[in-house]
Amino acid sequence: MSVVSPAGPRIRTSTEAVLVRRPKGWRRARTFVLPLIGLAVALVFLSPFLVMLIDALRTSSDVTTTPASYLPRQWHFSTFSEVLSDTRFLNWLKTSLIVAAASTLIVLVVSVPAAYFTARFRFPGRTAFLLLVLITQMFSPTSLVVGIYREFFDANLVNTYLAIILTNAAFNLAFAIWILHGFFSSIPQEIEEAANLDGCGRFGTLARIMLPLTLPGLVTAVVFTFIAAWNEYVVALTLMQDDNKKPLTVGISSYVTGYQQHWDQLFAASLIAIVPVVILFATIEKHLVGGLTAGSVK
Amino acid sequence: MADQIADSVAASGSPDAASGSGPGSTSGPALPGGPAAGVRAVGRRRNRGRERGRAPWWVALLWLGPALLLIAGVVIYPAIELVRASVSHYSITGLRLGSAGGRNYSKVLEHPALNTVLKNTAVWVVAVVALTILISLALAQFLSKDFFGRKVVRWAIIVPWAASLVITARLFTLIYDYNYGILNHLLLSLHLISKPVDFLGDDRWTMISMVAVGVFVSIPFTAYVFLAGLNAIPTDVYEAARIDGARPWQVYWQVTLPLLRPAMLVASVLNIIYVFNSFPIVYTLNDRNPGYTHDTSITFMYKLAFKSADKDVGMSAAAGIFNVALILVVVLVYLRLVKWQESENR
Repeated sequence: MSVVSPAGPRIRTSTEAVLVRRPKGWRRARTFVLPLIGLAVALVFLSPFLVMLIDALRTSSDVTTTPASYLPRQWHFSTFSEVLSDTRFLNWLKTSLIVAAASTLIVLVVSVPAAYFTARFRFPGRTAFLLLVLITQMFSPTSLVVGIYREFFDANLVNTYLAIILTNAAFNLAFAIWILHGFFSSIPQEIEEAANLDGCGRFGTLARIMLPLTLPGLVTAVVFTFIAAWNEYVVALTLMQDDNKKPLTVGISSYVTGYQQHWDQLFAASLIAIVPVVILFATIEKHLVGGLTAGSVK
Repeated sequence: MADQIADSVAASGSPDAASGSGPGSTSGPALPGGPAAGVRAVGRRRNRGRERGRAPWWVALLWLGPALLLIAGVVIYPAIELVRASVSHYSITGLRLGSAGGRNYSKVLEHPALNTVLKNTAVWVVAVVALTILISLALAQFLSKDFFGRKVVRWAIIVPWAASLVITARLFTLIYDYNYGILNHLLLSLHLISKPVDFLGDDRWTMISMVAVGVFVSIPFTAYVFLAGLNAIPTDVYEAARIDGARPWQVYWQVTLPLLRPAMLVASVLNIIYVFNSFPIVYTLNDRNPGYTHDTSITFMYKLAFKSADKDVGMSAAAGIFNVALILVVVLVYLRLVKWQESENR
């Protein structure tokens, strides 16, 4: 892969290849300039959440006091520990974790066979199935929530985790099938044939050969579904009336209502709610970018 | 019709986004089709079709069964309920009084706010999707470079995606506030404005303010799709371009962008759907304003049922059906346009 160009430097990455024509000064400067731009970019994306953090450390009335002040008039550091020791908050957190994890698991278990099969086989109804998947993506839970409520009410599932889990799973299925279908289609048939010759059955091939090769796709589906389920609001608001079993999004909204306004607690709770997602993301991010199929068939 | 849609999806939409559909799709380089495989997705798909095995419908049912059950139970059944509601007559308290035929649909079509709502929806979707894609392209290009602290920047960008939209929307109502908003405070102290701007009350500013938040929360996902697409482009393509004497800008325009097409398709189709259906931002930021001056189709639908003087579940259901139809048409037209461009290019 490395080629010695007439200009001199070895070319290793795509970025260097593009940059190689730039003047020498730039190459030295980019060591400092790029991290600085990076810092600016990070600040832009974090700035609203810095406001959130500072608002969490104010007294609640300070949040809506005119004129605005950049820093709290009175620092109020105990908000985070107040929220973390609030049993209601811990219950909501538990619900969110259960719901998001279970929805993600269901999506994986259901979408992998569907995506694999549609990618590898022609069968009557294949087109109709792909069409169906595309269309489910277009319905928003907001427009269907009345029907969903009625259905789960008839099935006696209102106020259960299962109702929210199933709904989240169904609405995120389309994306997972979409993405995984693409990954499965891109894996050359030869790999599977080789596995078959080596005595691997259809399921064995899927589990031992195809899934590891599709890891970036699986990770994408996991991140996507988990975040969507973690932040789902409308369906949970409608289906979960038991305060102890509400997920975070719905639960923490009760910190600020027409009757009581605890902006500080609302924001502290929201910031805490972001943490699990960022941790999940940081742990599996490397798989998003890993080059797994490169070189598997020469 | 059905065939065309599924074909557009299968061929260009996504999936076959072989060389880099989702974040992290690095499978492109390994393809026998070579680096330009993504661009030639349509042709390749046809070839693969011949390789693909055939299976009887009952085997298919075994593999697709769980997915079908879930979709039927949680999406199709309520969707049928929605259709049923759209042809029913409801009292203001939501009691079904009988059939309404097509009356709900004509009531939506004759609604005085319909033009405003459609115009708002068009502005909202086009502005948010276009800006999101432009900014995300640049951002992904930047994040694909190697520099000190890149990992931290990547994590930071996840935060707007990881945060609950409902809460982010409420946060922005505070940031934008006329009296105690930090944004006005900042702009005033920098002397960029001489008196506070009513970002959410002034008709000239409301849509701009909403679009800004919409773009802000849509960028993380989109940038990641592009980042994955960039990672899937093999380095030797760049080398070849460089050896041919291409300037950096030419390389980007003629090598990177065409190879990013699969990622671009995924990012734009998904963004179109999400932005169309985006409820919390428009609803929350627009909460103060009476009527439908800044509503998009989805908040219009919600208000018809729960918030307005109409309080008409049937009419809202009809609006919901129109909404899905609108998204379907827009996505199809988009896929058509892209396919047409693709054949132009070849």
